[in-house]
Amino acid sequence: METAAADAAARVRVRFALNGSPVDVWAAPHETLLAVLRDTLGATEVKYGCGEGVCGTCTVLLDGAPINACLLLAVQAAGRAVTTVKGLGAEGRLHPLQGAFVAHEAAQCGFCTPGMLLVAHAFLADHPRPTRDEIRSAIAGNLCRCTGYTRIVDAIEACAGSGTDARGEPA
Amino acid sequence: MYPSPFAYHAPATIEETLALLARLPEAKILAGGQSLLPMMNLGLAQPGALVDVNDLPGLETVTEDGGGLRLGALVRHRTLETSPLIRRRCPALAEAASLIGNIRVRHRGTLGGSLAHADPAAELPLVAVALGATLEIRRLEGAREVSAAQFFRGYLLTDLAPGELVTGVRIPPFAPGTGYGLAELVRRAGDFAIVAACAVLTTDGAGACRHASLALGGVGPHPLVMRRAEALLAGGPLTDRRLAEAADAVPGEVAPESDVHATAAYRRAMARVMAYRALAQARARAVPGPGRAA
Repeated sequence: METAAADAAARVRVRFALNGSPVDVWAAPHETLLAVLRDTLGATEVKYGCGEGVCGTCTVLLDGAPINACLLLAVQAAGRAVTTVKGLGAEGRLHPLQGAFVAHEAAQCGFCTPGMLLVAHAFLADHPRPTRDEIRSAIAGNLCRCTGYTRIVDAIEACAGSGTDARGEPA
Repeated sequence: MYPSPFAYHAPATIEETLALLARLPEAKILAGGQSLLPMMNLGLAQPGALVDVNDLPGLETVTEDGGGLRLGALVRHRTLETSPLIRRRCPALAEAASLIGNIRVRHRGTLGGSLAHADPAAELPLVAVALGATLEIRRLEGAREVSAAQFFRGYLLTDLAPGELVTGVRIPPFAPGTGYGLAELVRRAGDFAIVAACAVLTTDGAGACRHASLALGGVGPHPLVMRRAEALLAGGPLTDRRLAEAADAVPGEVAPESDVHATAAYRRAMARVMAYRALAQARARAVPGPGRAA
């Protein structure tokens, strides 16, 4: 952002990378990254669940690390790289994790899926050969209200050791 | 819901920050934001001004400090959890950080922020008290230090005055023959503790207790030091019986309240259990033996 102090009404210019492409938006200081992603940039693949950092469905990667988009001000994303679930794969070319979720039918209502994929992606980058218990711990902060955890763990396990590279980068 | 509007300040230097805090005594300091932003999203907090300290240089550093550690206030929980230096010098801090929230919270949450927020059931305030940590505090007119045991004053209430900023935390080194234990009762991994206990025991060569530190969280307005239990342990052998006597003194020294998570009576009963577990872990680490960590 371009100004160190701003009154409450003034929007400030915020530039960051979204899924590898530069974005240039005006945001009020009180707008969260989640609000700007969804309402200004139309990135509705990032979901609003709880607003408290508990549910995990607003997960994005900030410079490769999973964070709660509901608990980061948009101005704090200035100069950073933000990755949503759309940044993992491409149209017609699913990321291996996405493919594994499809193959294992790991989504029911699908509301938790974007966060699950991003947390799993960051986890596998650090733990290429995880145990099933480690996978369960890794997604412990992501809630699936359909309680379809078994297939989610199956999908992540099937994908472990294949197809993921550096954090935040599509394979 | 989203936060209400506020004036936003993102100073680039500590001096600029302290000048802002002196001029805006009602401003809230934004560090990791993992407690403040939820309260703002829920409308429980509507600060008129935020001073974002995330851009301040030098506050995320971790250095060795005479065998102990000196940590900048903006060191993230994830760094506490994973840094080889912290895991080697102060594994209690690393273990405590690993119990916090979830991976996303740990990537943003900060040591200084957690201490300044002072949730009575949070892990880092508890461990800071048990380890004898010292907080470094600055204001426009100068700097001061305060022990963690003196820093926490009440429910979400600390020794910080308006205009003051926590800039760092120092953890003293463990004397030889020292071990720690950390035990907590939670419904789900990552929750705030219903009851948590942290013990630090130092033994002499013969296995007698030279120094005992025991603090409890979740059973009072802030982490509580168990003076009677510590006095019962000091100077004697660390037998099962003495640990149990010390743990038995804990329910009389805590001040729990009932809430939606647990009754005061349950917390009081579990305080004894968690205290014993923490003491037993600390003893196992302080007295090297077969299968025990040094």
